[in-house]
Amino acid sequence: MKIVVTVKQVPDPNATQGLESDNTIARDREVVLDPGDEYGIEEGLVLKEAQGGEVILVSMGPERARDAIRKGLSMGADRGILITDEQLAGADALLTAKALAAAIKAESPDLVICATESYDGSTGMVPPMLAELLDMPQLTTAKQVEVSGSKVTIHRQTEDGYQVVEAETPALVTVTAGIAEPRYASLKGIMAARSKEVKQVGLSDLGIEKGEAAETVLAVNDAEARQAGEVVEDDGSVGVEKIMAVLQTAKVV
Amino acid sequence: MDLVRDTVRRFAEKEVLPHLEEWETRGEVPHDLHRKAAALGLMDTDLLTGMTVSEELIRAGASSGLCAALFTHGIAIPHIRNAGDPAQIARWVTPTLAGEKIGALAVTEPDAGSDVARLRTRAVRQGDHYVVNGAKTFITSGCRADFVTTAVRTGGEGYQGVSLLVIEKGTPGFTVSRKLQKMGWLCSDTAELAFQDARVPVENLVGEEGTGFLQLMRNFQSERIGLAVSAYATAGRCVDLALDWARQRETFGRKLAERQVIRHKLAEMARRADVAREYTLAVARRLDAGEEVTLQVSMAKNTAVEAAEFCAYQALQIFGGAGYMRESEVERHYRDVRILAIGGGTTEIMNEVIAARLGL
Repeated sequence: MKIVVTVKQVPDPNATQGLESDNTIARDREVVLDPGDEYGIEEGLVLKEAQGGEVILVSMGPERARDAIRKGLSMGADRGILITDEQLAGADALLTAKALAAAIKAESPDLVICATESYDGSTGMVPPMLAELLDMPQLTTAKQVEVSGSKVTIHRQTEDGYQVVEAETPALVTVTAGIAEPRYASLKGIMAARSKEVKQVGLSDLGIEKGEAAETVLAVNDAEARQAGEVVEDDGSVGVEKIMAVLQTAKVV
Repeated sequence: MDLVRDTVRRFAEKEVLPHLEEWETRGEVPHDLHRKAAALGLMDTDLLTGMTVSEELIRAGASSGLCAALFTHGIAIPHIRNAGDPAQIARWVTPTLAGEKIGALAVTEPDAGSDVARLRTRAVRQGDHYVVNGAKTFITSGCRADFVTTAVRTGGEGYQGVSLLVIEKGTPGFTVSRKLQKMGWLCSDTAELAFQDARVPVENLVGEEGTGFLQLMRNFQSERIGLAVSAYATAGRCVDLALDWARQRETFGRKLAERQVIRHKLAEMARRADVAREYTLAVARRLDAGEEVTLQVSMAKNTAVEAAEFCAYQALQIFGGAGYMRESEVERHYRDVRILAIGGGTTEIMNEVIAARLGL
């Protein structure tokens, strides 16, 4: 089975985040492999270990995004493809999806695994666009994935449980953080990753024109601050009843 | 972040930190931790990678004691590996690097510490065996060890009479006579060992008879670098902890970090920790390249130990009463740091090594 996992290098979630003047995400800081992508890599490796095959990491980003791919390779993925091109700086979701789709199409994978959304942009738009451009069925927010023959079955996380959804491969699956605990690279894996192939391609290699941006961020506003909660004064006699009343009104109990 | 550091940090956060307090109380780390560390490749490293592993473990919140317990193989097996006997390597080196066996090194005796040439534990050849009599003390991982690389006297007086013999757990006449209680390094078990007519097969001799002293001396350099790493990493960790605390803690309406006395303390700590680290790394790279750096290794150990002692002391001072509590991490470092000026050659022995090389 040939599995492609999309990965992205993002600003370190533990560091301060910022925006450029054009409202794109500031990237002039410490960067890491998107923690959300580690789940997809783990799932890809688990499937490969069970059924054989190959895990290919595909990423779009500047030259240094190679480090994010390298980390996935040190976890055990087989090779990587880095799409890098000056014209792709600040690319919107559609251009990103087009570039990824072109690189992935050339590999004809059986399965494409994406995180539900990236840690930094969090639009969650690239996976569905990618599925459309690849003409693949998409199975979203999977907390479990099984592949049997040419059928992929997932447990799709919902608010109050899960749905069992299946599709024919090739298919695209987005996975949630609950799917598996990502392994960490062994020192041997880190050494081995140094000699694994990371192919670099640009827009012209993929046969893509940049074109007009499909989306523009007009403004960025702070989320509304949380309001202070209701304060219940307890004189030692009625506190419990008052709290129970509040909880019942909120239909929590 | 560097991939090796990332792996070590995750290992620390998942496998070490949640249990460290329990191991400190119990007085040892579980054997399973060796297997987990080995599976990640943390045991079988070259000198420089091993330094990164130890440093990151300590910087992530583990301790020099944990490193002493988990990486005892760093002093227990190099002699066996260098001697190159395939049967010995298969029996002790390979399983230890896989985390399946635990090794220890026994040199110090009740009457001979740094004075290796005077040790008295005697091994007398009788047919296919050596009969060993004597005692060893302060033996790191000695309670848990499956085998002990032991310095014994097979010949006459002086350093030419010393040999290395691997003595396995279960050898009749070999017992762990006592588990020693210590000031720090509580999660690292330390033993007193007794040998009473312990019969050890001659094939357990490491290298040639009479070469034990030289084998020990050869490995002292990397052991001392290892202790220097523990020292500068502890210094760095104390700086991290003190910085965090100084930024949070308010006294008389202002953060500690705004007070010049504290700021300068932190500046001094950071300077010493960083200088010790950079110097030790530079010396280690030269050692790794095969240069003769005995003088510099001794200087690195003393410099790093001094930085660790200073930083542990000042960090605890900045924490104040909170730092004196058993639940505080700096309290542990304050106790753990004390052994670093003693183990692997005392500060005074290091100074003798330095003085001798200055032509004194």
